[in-house]
Amino acid sequence: MTLRTLVMREIFERKSQLLTSFVAILLGITVIVSIKNITYYSEKAVALEMDSLGANVLVLPKSSTLQDYYAADMQGDTIPEEYVTRLAMSDLAGLDNLSPKLSMPVAMQGKTFTLTGILPKSEFQAKAAWGGAGIFSRPIGCGASVGMMGSEDKKTLARKRVIDTLEDNEVLVGADVGAKLGLKEADQLALLGRSFNVTAVLPQTGTVDDSRIFAHLHVVQDLAQKGPVINAIEVIGCCQEISKGLVDKINRLLPDAKVVTITQIADAQIKINRMMSNLSLMFLVIIIFVGGASIANYMYANVFERRREIGTLMALGANSGLVLRIFLLKALILGVAGGIGGYLIGTILAVVLGPKLAGVIVLPMPILSLLAVGVSVALALVASYFPARRAARLDPCATFQEV
Amino acid sequence: MLRMENVSKIYRHRGQPVTALNGANAEIPEGDFVAIVGPSGSGKSTLLLMLGGMLSPSGGRVLLDDQSIYELDANARAQLRKQKVGFVFQTFNLVPYLSAMENVQVPLYLVGQDGPSQEARAEELLRRVGLSDRMHHKPCELSVGQQQRVALARMLANDPAVVLADEPTGNLDPETSQQVIEFLEEVNAEGRTIVMVTHDPQAAARAKRILRLDRGAIVSEKPGRKTHAAA
Repeated sequence: MTLRTLVMREIFERKSQLLTSFVAILLGITVIVSIKNITYYSEKAVALEMDSLGANVLVLPKSSTLQDYYAADMQGDTIPEEYVTRLAMSDLAGLDNLSPKLSMPVAMQGKTFTLTGILPKSEFQAKAAWGGAGIFSRPIGCGASVGMMGSEDKKTLARKRVIDTLEDNEVLVGADVGAKLGLKEADQLALLGRSFNVTAVLPQTGTVDDSRIFAHLHVVQDLAQKGPVINAIEVIGCCQEISKGLVDKINRLLPDAKVVTITQIADAQIKINRMMSNLSLMFLVIIIFVGGASIANYMYANVFERRREIGTLMALGANSGLVLRIFLLKALILGVAGGIGGYLIGTILAVVLGPKLAGVIVLPMPILSLLAVGVSVALALVASYFPARRAARLDPCATFQEV
Repeated sequence: MLRMENVSKIYRHRGQPVTALNGANAEIPEGDFVAIVGPSGSGKSTLLLMLGGMLSPSGGRVLLDDQSIYELDANARAQLRKQKVGFVFQTFNLVPYLSAMENVQVPLYLVGQDGPSQEARAEELLRRVGLSDRMHHKPCELSVGQQQRVALARMLANDPAVVLADEPTGNLDPETSQQVIEFLEEVNAEGRTIVMVTHDPQAAARAKRILRLDRGAIVSEKPGRKTHAAA
């Protein structure tokens, strides 16, 4: 006989009564862990997205939300491709690079990927040549630009969003697509009735680009049968020019499009993440009140139910400290079980639902187990302390007379 | 030796004072077997709990081996109980979720014995009360008489010098009552002091002395049947 045996026997004898409190604490911890886990990876994805995006201004259809852009920018709304030409041929200073995109879903081998049309640099140069002016003919002083890129390696698309040339029968595939379809460079890929050469498998970026297949914009337009339209134009703008009102100038040039800066996009995503953090905090408060009240209520009822047993233990020589320990050990076991269970279920939920809810891949975070167990144990102990103290102060004589 | 010196106990019930003990005096030497009898509400159980250090008096002193019990703090009294006092209750008060063996182990755990010593001692005591084949049964799986025998084994676990029994035969059939009284006599013969509260005249008659309590005071004392027989 040990203290642990005494406590465990009682728990298993009356497990159905304990269940409600256990479920309350388990659910609370589950929600906290899953939100924290998803938020962490969502924030990480935003950071990666911003890092890999390169562009700092986006031109989107008026009705698009910023989330559409993150959801692989294929929510249906489009803008005319002619906007690219307008931008390329404008005299706007600070436009270092343009990358128009049109995306559509494609199913292959039972999996859905995103086919994204892009315009290679050579086409811009042609457009610029038509106009005799534009972004490729004027001096550039703000850093990376289409005109300045000398690399012929097509894998630069993964990082710099531009590519020198892309033939009609060529595709570039994202890392996940390559892995799932078992594709490598120089393979053939049949897509919507057409055959393409895989020019490159792009390196892993940790963003939605890993699930994309990149083809020539005009080829994708043909396949999508939507005409000369695009979903978005990613623009690398000169930071100084952006601060001087580049966004307003583009807005005036393209009044029917929505022009946003990456800072705005990041702000939106940060707002979502902040909302999730607040939600997590709110759940923490709810669990403290609901879970704590449930545990305290259960413990008070348990003390009342066991008053004869407590009196007997005291008659046999148990002191008030031992009685206190019996109830606090029970609370500790409840807290540890709720914490571990909540962490496991919360992590599974985050991993399964994360990609669906936040569009990010979520991995388990062992560090959250400490938070889960810590919160759960602290809550169970605090909520049980007063009932346990009441048990320790019970008058054993009264317990014999009452029952 | 147990001694009560002018002990009184006044409860308050709905704001009204209720006198449970009123200047009770008693001296119970080591090895004595005392039955306390009296009508309901006469203060029998109060007196027993007070002798066990579980209920502090409103006035007077209770001494166990010349130590005034209620001058000790609650934890010291608990310590005294587990070393010197064994309780037997009318309703047995077994812990319902523990087996017979584990119930007997509880007092041994409280004095800090290790697991194997607890098990060996509990097994020995359960064999002594004839429950060697019921050691791993829970109280609900035992008959009433068997439950009281587990309680008797538990009472003896820490080898107490004083046994306090509150209506130990109150819930039992005559045959089982007889066995319980025989067991208490056996325990008394080992040199332990027995104080037994009872309504049962036949059980009381088996004691060495019978103290009659009325309205919180010991009103008479007479020798039990055994003492008569010996005389």
